[in-house]
Amino acid sequence: MSSQEIPEKNLPSEQDTAHGAVAVAEDPFADPGLPPHKPRIQDIDERAAKRSERTVALLFTLSMLSTIGFIASFVAFPVDKIVYVWPIGHVSALNLSLGVTLGLALFCIGAGAVHWARTLMSDVEVADERHPIEADPVVKAKVMSDFAAGAEESAIGRRKLIRTTMFGALAMVPLSGVVLLRDLGPLPEKKLFHTAWGRGKQLINMNTNEPLRPEDVAVGSLTFAKPEGLEEDNHEFNNEIAKAALMIVRLQPQDIKDKRELDWSHQGIVAFSKICTHVGCPISLYEQQTHHVLCPCHQSTFDLSDGARVIFGPAGHALPQLRIGVNDEGFLEALGDFEEPVGPSFWERG
Amino acid sequence: MSTVTDEKRKAPAGERVADWADGRLGIYSLAKANMRKIFPDHWSFMLGEIALYSFIIIILTGVYLTLFFHPSMNEIVYHGSYVPMQGIRMTEAYASTLEISFDVRGGLLIRQIHHWAALIFLAAMFVHMMRVFFTGAFRKPREINWLFGFLLFVLGMFTGFTGYSLPDDLLSGTGVRFTQGAILATPVVGTYISFFLFGGEFPGHDMVARFYSIHILLLPGIMLGLVVAHLILVFYHKHTQFAGPGRTNNNVVGMPLLPVYMAKAGGFFFLVFGVIAAISGLFTINPVWALGPYRPDQVSTGAQPDWYMGFAEGLVRVMPGWEITFWGHTLALGVFIPLVVFGLVLVALAVYPFIEAWVTGDKREHHILDRPRNAPTRTALGVAWVTGYVIMLLGGGNDIFATHFHLSINSITWFVRISYFVGPVLAFIITRRICLGLQRRDKDKVLHGRESGIIKRLPHGEFVEVHEPLSQQQLHSLTAHEQYAPAEIGPSVDENGVERKVTRGQKLRAKLSKGYYGEGSQIPKPTADEYKEITSGHGHH
Amino acid sequence: MKKLSARRRHPLAAVVVLLLALAATGGLYAAFAPAGKAQADETAQSLAIEEGKKLYAVGCSSCHGTGGQGGSDGPSLVGVGSAAVDFQVGTGRMPAQQPGAQVPEKKKVYSQAEIDQLAAYVASLGAGPITPTEEQYNPEGADIARGGDLFRTNCAQCHNFTGEGGALTNGKYAPSLEDVSPKHLYEAMQTGPQNMPSFPDTTLPEQQKKDIIAYVKTVNGEETETPGGFALGGLGPVSEGLFGWIFGLGSLIAVAVWVAAHTAKAKKS
Repeated sequence: MSSQEIPEKNLPSEQDTAHGAVAVAEDPFADPGLPPHKPRIQDIDERAAKRSERTVALLFTLSMLSTIGFIASFVAFPVDKIVYVWPIGHVSALNLSLGVTLGLALFCIGAGAVHWARTLMSDVEVADERHPIEADPVVKAKVMSDFAAGAEESAIGRRKLIRTTMFGALAMVPLSGVVLLRDLGPLPEKKLFHTAWGRGKQLINMNTNEPLRPEDVAVGSLTFAKPEGLEEDNHEFNNEIAKAALMIVRLQPQDIKDKRELDWSHQGIVAFSKICTHVGCPISLYEQQTHHVLCPCHQSTFDLSDGARVIFGPAGHALPQLRIGVNDEGFLEALGDFEEPVGPSFWERG
Repeated sequence: MSTVTDEKRKAPAGERVADWADGRLGIYSLAKANMRKIFPDHWSFMLGEIALYSFIIIILTGVYLTLFFHPSMNEIVYHGSYVPMQGIRMTEAYASTLEISFDVRGGLLIRQIHHWAALIFLAAMFVHMMRVFFTGAFRKPREINWLFGFLLFVLGMFTGFTGYSLPDDLLSGTGVRFTQGAILATPVVGTYISFFLFGGEFPGHDMVARFYSIHILLLPGIMLGLVVAHLILVFYHKHTQFAGPGRTNNNVVGMPLLPVYMAKAGGFFFLVFGVIAAISGLFTINPVWALGPYRPDQVSTGAQPDWYMGFAEGLVRVMPGWEITFWGHTLALGVFIPLVVFGLVLVALAVYPFIEAWVTGDKREHHILDRPRNAPTRTALGVAWVTGYVIMLLGGGNDIFATHFHLSINSITWFVRISYFVGPVLAFIITRRICLGLQRRDKDKVLHGRESGIIKRLPHGEFVEVHEPLSQQQLHSLTAHEQYAPAEIGPSVDENGVERKVTRGQKLRAKLSKGYYGEGSQIPKPTADEYKEITSGHGHH
Repeated sequence: MKKLSARRRHPLAAVVVLLLALAATGGLYAAFAPAGKAQADETAQSLAIEEGKKLYAVGCSSCHGTGGQGGSDGPSLVGVGSAAVDFQVGTGRMPAQQPGAQVPEKKKVYSQAEIDQLAAYVASLGAGPITPTEEQYNPEGADIARGGDLFRTNCAQCHNFTGEGGALTNGKYAPSLEDVSPKHLYEAMQTGPQNMPSFPDTTLPEQQKKDIIAYVKTVNGEETETPGGFALGGLGPVSEGLFGWIFGLGSLIAVAVWVAAHTAKAKKS
């Protein structure tokens, strides 16, 4: 910040316009001083002033009427009354009337006050002198000597043991507060690595709450599934579905380019995590002709025919795939949990 | 007791109350300094007032909303009056927001006022900050107040974001999910911060209650303190003013607080409140009932944060998906870099006054505002910053712009990626040229007068346009600005022939100073001599 | 073709399309209307197939092949079923005017009777989803709330909370569901037109489709209630932010200019 070495001459000269009027002859750009005050119509014509007064009073009266209108609307309109008002649509009569009357009541007070100030209060411009913010040297010297005296009397400079231990104590005491924050939540441990999926868990259709059969899933269709046993009224449903949500599509097996994807599919039915690997939005904007799936939050695009690799956008890695098969009763089932953590990347993900 | 005073004179009741208060609070001394305090008139000086008043409106309506809102993530099955949600599982937070909207008379209005005022609060702070920036009002002695204002803006963003998240609807929940994903991307500690903030795995059962106390107590408490400090400093420093006849660096010209500003500023509060109330009666904001309760496996397209977070949203959307894996760790640069850039862009704004003060080396107080054209480099830097900001806002809404202007979302993303780097540079160059052009025009006006539009034919047949000379007042206003000379490093050897050490900092500063004030960075303002020569010489035309 | 696609935003493009559509409608009517009377003795079904085949040959075969086997410009229609035809032609998407990222909805070219004939012909090429009956898609009495939940699970990710539509990759988009008839909504779910995935009855049963239709009609129809006032397009924070800046802050600044302006001075007399 130091600027000591910048010579004074580089700074623009101090403005000296206080004696402007005197200097005009010398300097055509000198400050001529405040222009003389010119009267408004209201200052010289009492009829105009009266008109202003009436306008202000009218505005204040309008405000009073609007407040009465507000109370009347509050009493008169049921809370669920819907009215059609062109062009804004089918709106709540109460909300509309309360908003407009409250707005008007407030606006008129403001408009009245401002009109009063603009037309009837003095509009003579006045100058206020400024004073430097910095203290003058005498004050500064007094403060410095007071401070030195105080410091000396406390002996904080001499009694180093006191000073050191005090700083130590002050530095340590906030640690208690930090420690207390420990129970805000459990440690992550390996929680982000596991989901509710596991070997033998059937794929349950989100819509019907029934297990899915391979023949239910048509080419070009889109189905969402959850693991068997996870019900909406579970206390931990949201935490679990945030990781376990599954997106199922069926491709022609010959369209699947990625070998592992084909191995993990069942007759062209592939199951991918519905949770975007970018920041975790449920990604499911599936284009059945291109096999691309787009995230509505940040437009990461994955190719479901090619191992769900990222083809556009900010996601860093492919969507995890769930290995599926068919159980003895002919229902689709998971052949294990996801082999990698689902959802956004994190430091320990590896 | 009272007999003594009775004998002297019976003071009016108001005076007696004031006397009572003065004996305890010293209000007369306070009033002496402030009652007739002078404020200058200019519309741009009222942008901060819009922010202040919307803040007050937010607090008033916010307190009302706390009377009805249940900050709880306990799940219930809804059986309220909004038919399309009946029988749906949702948190109490969402259900109570529906109740405020459909069952509390006037509740919907207050909710909408609260939300509209929040959007306008942030927007008003933004334009207020730009006003302060482009007129150089942040210079000494107001750097601290600039920082207070900056902090208010940033805290306002986060207060807004936490409030947006409280109803626990599908849109805001998606925003919270994004936040959690961004936290996870933080190297080393991200996972732990996420688990501590959400009380375990996302979304957990604590988020709404925790965001609630942050939203209604912690952040607004700090903001209220900052607002008070900000206003005290405005009073203490007295307001800045534009150059003009009678307006100097040592005075402030305008009208007194009592009565004119009491009426104007007080009235303006009612005007702001009135406009926002009317908007809230006429225009829907955040219809949470149409969004549904949050579930981590559901989403809607067009998921955006409120506008003040749109800039961060844009950064995250257009960032390429870089991710590196090493030694068993993952670094999600695709998320982490935008977070860092977001911080840096804001910090750049915060520290700018200190950078400019260092470049100019100017330690004087400045109470006269610059016209933006008279500080071309600063103005150009500011416009470049705003350009980058707006480009990222566009990036944050790329899906909406794609559907409504029939464009490809991928093309918009690429456009934003490229123009985030190119746009600010172009904006800088163009703005500076415009500023210099305007300076030239001012100079011509001073030296040759105002073009009157009247064509005159001279005796020898030549046509000329009559230029009217400017008044003394106009001449002064157009030449009152200061012009710095670029700082020089000075000779490399001192007077004794000893080599002087030139630090890297000094070199950098000389370079920056040249960029700010060197040749081609400002038009030398007309001097009195030039003016006299022209006016006395061949008349003006 | 490139030239054509570049000009599709031309102001006159709509007029050209309209003229083409009118010519096609008129021409087709003139060509086939009298024929219908002459073959009154045929069974209704085979008559429809026969008529549909003629319509198909004129209006569809250039892209989809003479036997519906598909070609370089259009997919095979074998097995798409009558529901797909009813949706594509009934919403005016087919016949397509020009290739592009996506074939848009437009004014329909064929009458409903002609569409039924076309559908009958295409259905005869191979089994596929059948045009639903009113009983199947009529949303009356359906569970709106359940429809909303299903909508948010299956549809909102592309079509937005209330079916306002949204962007897909490379210029494709999920269209707005405003003004889409219940029948067409049903058919779209059933058949998965263009890039939309299908939601067959095996995964989304008929009753649930009705629930979804009931929800869409409640939140995005002519009678949709927006209690808070004008809905600003129902697009969420982007339109709200734009409105807050332009109208909200704009009007407040206008007020500020009035508050701070100098009052008019009396003219010197």
